Amino acid sequence: MEILQQILFLVSIAVSIGLFYKKIKQIRRNIFLGQPELINDHYAKRWKNVLLLAFGQKKMFKNPTVAFLHLFVYLGFIIINIEILEIIIDGLTGSHRIFAPYIPALYSFLINSFEFLAASVIIVCLIFLIRRNILPILRFKSADLKGWPTKDANLILLVEIILMSLFLTMNAADSILQQANQEPYSLHKTSPFLISSYVSILFSGWPTHMLIILERICWWLHILGIFVFLNYLPWSKHLHILLAFPNAFYARLTPQGKLHNMHSVQQEVLYSFQPELAPTSSEAVSHIKFGAKDIPDLSWKNILDAYTCTECGRCSSACPANQTGKLLSPRKIMMNTRDRAEEIGKNIDKNGSFRDDSKSLLFDYIKEEELRACTTCNACVEACPVSINPLDIIIQLRRYLVMEQSSAPSEWTAMFTNVENNFAPWKFSPDNRINWTKESEG
Amino acid sequence: MKIPVMADEKAQGRDPELLFWVGCAGSFDQRVQKITKAFATILDKVGIHYAILGSEEMCTGDPVRRAGNEFMFQMMAYQNINLLNQYQVKKIVTACPHCFNTLKNEYPELGGNYEVIHHTQLLQSLIDEGKIVVNDSGPFKGKKITYHDSCYLGRSNNIYEAPRKVLEALDGELVEMKRCKKNGLCCGAGGAQMFKEEEKGDQRINLERSNEAIKTNASIIASACPFCNTMMTDGIKLNEKESEIEVMDIAELIAKSI
Repeated sequence: MEILQQILFLVSIAVSIGLFYKKIKQIRRNIFLGQPELINDHYAKRWKNVLLLAFGQKKMFKNPTVAFLHLFVYLGFIIINIEILEIIIDGLTGSHRIFAPYIPALYSFLINSFEFLAASVIIVCLIFLIRRNILPILRFKSADLKGWPTKDANLILLVEIILMSLFLTMNAADSILQQANQEPYSLHKTSPFLISSYVSILFSGWPTHMLIILERICWWLHILGIFVFLNYLPWSKHLHILLAFPNAFYARLTPQGKLHNMHSVQQEVLYSFQPELAPTSSEAVSHIKFGAKDIPDLSWKNILDAYTCTECGRCSSACPANQTGKLLSPRKIMMNTRDRAEEIGKNIDKNGSFRDDSKSLLFDYIKEEELRACTTCNACVEACPVSINPLDIIIQLRRYLVMEQSSAPSEWTAMFTNVENNFAPWKFSPDNRINWTKESEG
Repeated sequence: MKIPVMADEKAQGRDPELLFWVGCAGSFDQRVQKITKAFATILDKVGIHYAILGSEEMCTGDPVRRAGNEFMFQMMAYQNINLLNQYQVKKIVTACPHCFNTLKNEYPELGGNYEVIHHTQLLQSLIDEGKIVVNDSGPFKGKKITYHDSCYLGRSNNIYEAPRKVLEALDGELVEMKRCKKNGLCCGAGGAQMFKEEEKGDQRINLERSNEAIKTNASIIASACPFCNTMMTDGIKLNEKESEIEVMDIAELIAKSI
């Protein structure tokens, strides 16, 4: 019986890690479908961002109440993982609470801390479920979240509540069995636990064999639940718990107002002004696509951004266009980018290499009208707690529209003509630039 | 007051220490010309040896770049940088945050390296150095003023303090809108929106923003960007509040107080 449990455990941990590894490899491949962009400067600043923005969740604290609630879930997640280590060793070796005899005093303290966090996680997840489903918070009611994204969010909260409840119930049954001198539970007695001692009241009259079954079921469901949740992560918005860290590291460090320079265009313009510098026709490079139409045209960092997005909607609720009822939602830009990257990834998995599906991120997922509404105000970039830059994608798609499709609103076309001919966005003669000085003299 | 032009200055062997980049709005828009003149008046009064490029100045390329026309941007940048380098310009001041952002952040990698400051930064240092002294009985003393953050000054370049420090010197009552500084709401003009109709929605962005400014009960909305100024002025007019609230650039407020 014991050995059977160990074998079963070994199989489930192997399957779980194997599947997780496979999916993460696919996501990594999807991210690197993007254009190469070398980001290897200012390591000190980048690590500082990882510490402040990812570990420290600095931007979450713009709203301190929500930030503290989120912090409990986050600490719960990280710290309770220490307990997972013991559970895994117990599962593989057939031991029970293997750390308890070595560090008796510290052990009780640790379990009590885990229990406190587990209870906090349950309470906070309940609050989050209420916020998400009952309170009138606009960013949770938005059309962006219709269907799967809403289910995904609720599912994550429910699973966390269930996992924590299993953990507490397992400890409760364990405590009673210890007091009943049932081996192996009683071999290393711990003091009654902080929270589960109250839960154990529920099971006070239960016979020993039922308690053992209860403890085993909770132990197994808890660890299997964690294995399943691990494999759910890469399919879910919840992946931010992992990707927030690399995304903070690779975040752009230049002032937010600076747009990415297009070196290819810069060269072409240079050659048109100084033809003597242009390469001869034999060296001339073939046509490069200007701007981005689909996933492979974006930078890999844009796709990492998309996989990091947890669909919280802080970007969209800060966006002036979104707030005034325009079609643009920066969150949707990120969700679309991820969905399209996943679609291309599946296409590659199915066909060996990408087979044209006559679809693209621009047009099929993101409409021109959305892109046209952006004021490039950087409110979305500023608002994102996990260093995502939706504006960078918007600008690249706009570049494709204008430079590859010559598609622009007529007023913009007129503005381009004015800039080209009169060196100003309005139709004034360059000579009139100094008219105001004459009035000043008068 | 004579406005010095770079070509003339150089021809006469003079070497202005500061280039005043006027920008297209500052040159052509009748309302914004007043801001340009106010700032030139201050420069003149303080006795800074400055010059403008005059008819040689071209659009920095900000709106075309943000609309997606990188070719046009590069063309404008190439010509402007050539001119600026030819005049060996070292320091530039501008009253337009869009020009400021492009000159400061986007020209260096194209070969244009200058010290670029926004006019609110220059005004702040002139006040700090005692070169600008605001009248004790200035026209804005005790008046309620709210400052509208320009995105290209604020979030884009982290300049939140300079304009506020300058306004403090006016001895008015500075009130903040609910969304300010890092959370400031855009006026609706950036990203080349200034040059097209808004996309369809429930509300115009400049109306949303001017409503917020009206709620502060301020009698003056201080701006530091020509496009914000236009958008907020229109917003106030649409709200029929133009008799109670005035939208003024920080340079105008200072020019009237010295």
